[in-house]
Parts: sequence; structure tokens; C-alpha cells
Amino acid sequence: MITISKVSKWYGTMQVLNRCTTLVEKGEVVVVCGPSGSGKSTLIKCVNGLEPFQQGRIVVDGVSVGDAGRGLPKLRARIGMVFQHFELFPHLTVMRNLTLAQVKVLRRKQREAIDKGRRLLERVGLSEHAHKYPGELSGGQQQRVAIARALAMDPIAMLFDEPTSALDPEMIKEVLDVMVALAKDGMTMMVVTHEMGFARQVASRVVFMDKGEIVEDAPTAEFFGKPRSERAQAFLSKILAH
Amino acid sequence: MFGNFDYDVIIRSLPYLFYDGMTFTLTLTALATVGGIAFGTVLALMRLSSIAPLSLVAAAYVNLMRSVPLVLMIFWFYFLVPYIGQWLTGASAPIRVGAFASSLVTFTLFEAAYFAEIMRAGIQSIPRGQVAAAQALGMTYPTTMAQIVLPQAFRNMIPVLLTQTIILFQDTSLVYVLSITDFLGAASKVAQRDGRLVEMYLFAALVYFVISLAASHGVRAIQRRTAIIR
Repeated sequence: MITISKVSKWYGTMQVLNRCTTLVEKGEVVVVCGPSGSGKSTLIKCVNGLEPFQQGRIVVDGVSVGDAGRGLPKLRARIGMVFQHFELFPHLTVMRNLTLAQVKVLRRKQREAIDKGRRLLERVGLSEHAHKYPGELSGGQQQRVAIARALAMDPIAMLFDEPTSALDPEMIKEVLDVMVALAKDGMTMMVVTHEMGFARQVASRVVFMDKGEIVEDAPTAEFFGKPRSERAQAFLSKILAH
Repeated sequence: MFGNFDYDVIIRSLPYLFYDGMTFTLTLTALATVGGIAFGTVLALMRLSSIAPLSLVAAAYVNLMRSVPLVLMIFWFYFLVPYIGQWLTGASAPIRVGAFASSLVTFTLFEAAYFAEIMRAGIQSIPRGQVAAAQALGMTYPTTMAQIVLPQAFRNMIPVLLTQTIILFQDTSLVYVLSITDFLGAASKVAQRDGRLVEMYLFAALVYFVISLAASHGVRAIQRRTAIIR
């Protein structure tokens, strides 16, 4: 579904991604972790072309992201993305947040878009908030709306860029619950996160990055059992210590 | 000083001042504001464009307009536009341009430079993540601008835009150099005719003051109502 091969990226002379190679199969959940500044958010943003990259190739569902050009919006519409800071549109109601791209990008009828929006709000447990503005919701609620907004486009895969790291601790669970349910429904997911409990529970593979490189790419049990690289061992011992 | 103050001249000329003068002033203000914001937004988008020629043209335009006195622009357009029109259309005589059309074009073009800077600041105030979120949903550049960035930028900038409109309202009085009957022009004509300069100019000042003050209070009320909850 998503193939990333030998992707390198520079900001000026500073290299932020170094020959990254991995893949996400259909129906698979891949968790990307690593210390901050390791390039994991940059890598996931390359997948839908939000960040350009200079070398290598990313293919999503048969389409090369780097060569998509004017077809890029069309490709992006098929890949859902959830951001660290939610990025709901603050001037629109929750329902309009869910329907805008359906109507403007997918050319769905307003009524159809609203029906879809209602079903998704129900799915993330926020039916009664349809007419509120994002600013009236808690962080956890906003992130659930953001997930619903991405799902409204009927994506073939979902990208999550640290979806819980801007949340207060008591709100993390409600977002993770939605994500776990999504994973169990068979959604293809690539998730940048530090939530190792989530990784253990639903990830089929864990990718560990450090200094712009993919250091380890292993099935979940293997990664948590005995990571091969020292850097991954050090990272795990730090993050799992508490 | 106010011993022989003639209130009657003010009352007698009220219909003329307001029906002829103020109507002109308000119409010019309203149309130039709408036109100026529309053109100014286009200029702001050009200036922020990654396409260098577009950005350069917009920057040059804004800087030129902002460094020329408005009175000069009003003269310039009134006297030169007919000749430019003649040259453009290849007509045998200078094109006739009415005083209203001429001043509307002048104010629109002039104010657009100021509105452009306001809209540019407004657009830049929108977090990058908003654009990323719109793009991630498959929105194209025009859709992202029209649905996400400009509505928020516009709302954030409403107080500044309206303040600029109040300045424009006052600036329209400069059309008196073309002997146009705007509000000040009308007051001026009565003052000259009846020799009542003190009364008419004091009254005109009072009217400008009251309208501008009321408008800026209105701006504050609007500001409270349109603020986006974040």
C-alpha cells in the first residue's frame, strides 16, 4: 500500500532523512518511534507530499508521490492524516469541518456529506457536538473530530503524526481507543507515536528511527522482546522505565 | 466669537449637505472599500506567491502607491486617465471620465495598496498547520485559500480593515480638489456662497467626528462578535 524506498531529504545542507526504506501493507498498522528530531514526523509528511524529498521514491497505492505533480491533491484526498495539533478549522462548526472537503474535493452532495459526518461523529462518540466550534471542545474531543474528518474522505490509509503528544494525559486514552478500534477494523495505518502500549496492542511492525535513519524495522513482538540495535535498546529502556 | 453664529445657514443647507454631499461621500467610501479589499486581497496573494514575478509586481505596486501623496493621485487620475484612455482605445479625443468614476478608480487603486498590506498580515497570521490540514484533505490551492485561509485572515483583520475604512471615509474629502460635491465640498460651497466659513467648517468637522467616532465604537462591538474561539 505504502512503499518508501531510499528516501533522503535535506534542509539546505542539513540532512534530515537518510535513505529511509520501509513499507506498510494493506491492513497493516506500522508504528514509527524514536527520539525527537529523529525525522519520524518528516518521514510521515513525505508520504502524502506535505514535505518534499530530494532522493528516493514513495509509492502509495501505485502512485509515486514525488512525481504526482498536479495529481497530488487527488492522491492526498485518498490518504487520511491526523496532526499533532489537530488542525481543525476554527472558523467552521464541527459538522462543517467534516463535510467541507467531502463537498469541495469529492463533490459529494451536501446531504450525503452530512449523513456521513453524522455517522462518523457517532463512531467517535461526539454526536451531540456537531454544531459546536472546535474551540469549544477539549483537546481529546478535537482530536477525535480530526480523526472523523479524515475518515469522512473514505481513505485507503491513515497517517497519524504524534496524535496524542499535545494532549493532557487524561485525554490520551479516548483518542487511543478510537485508533485501536480503527486498527481492529482493518484500516491501514502508519502512526508516529511514543505510546508504546498502543504499539504493543495493535502494531504489526515497529519502525525505530534515529538521526534521520531507520535503525530498526521489526515485527512488534520482536522489537519489544529484544531489539537488535543498541540505540533502540537505549530508547526503549528510557521510554518504558516509568 | 459665537455672538453672530448663524445656525440657520446650517439648517437651511442640511438637505443639500446630506442628500448631495454625504450620499456621494458614503457611496464613494463603500464602493472603494469593497473594491480596495478585493483588489488588495489579490495583491496580497500575489505578494505572498512563490512565483517571483507576481510577488515583485505586487510589491512594486504597493510601494509605489504608498509613497505617492493621495492628492497627487487624485489629480493624476482625473487629468491623465482621459488621455491614457484615448491612447488605449485609439479614440480621436480624450475619453470622458466623470468625476465620480475617476475618484472611485483612484481610491480603489490607492486603498488597495493599504488593504493589501493588511490582508498580507492576516494571511501570515494563519498557522502553517491550517494549510497543511487543508492540503492533506486534498484541497487545491484556490480551495484552501477560499475556504480556509482567507475567511480566517479576513475575520482576524476585520478591526484593522474597518479602521482603514474610517480613514478612507475621511480621505474622500480630498476630492474637493476636483470641485466635486462630496460632503466637505458641499459644505465648502455653502460657506463660500453665504460667507459663513466658521459655521460650515465647524459643522462639517463635527459631522466627520461623530460618524468616525460612532464607526470606531461599532468596530469594537463587531470585534467582540466575530472573534474566532481558539
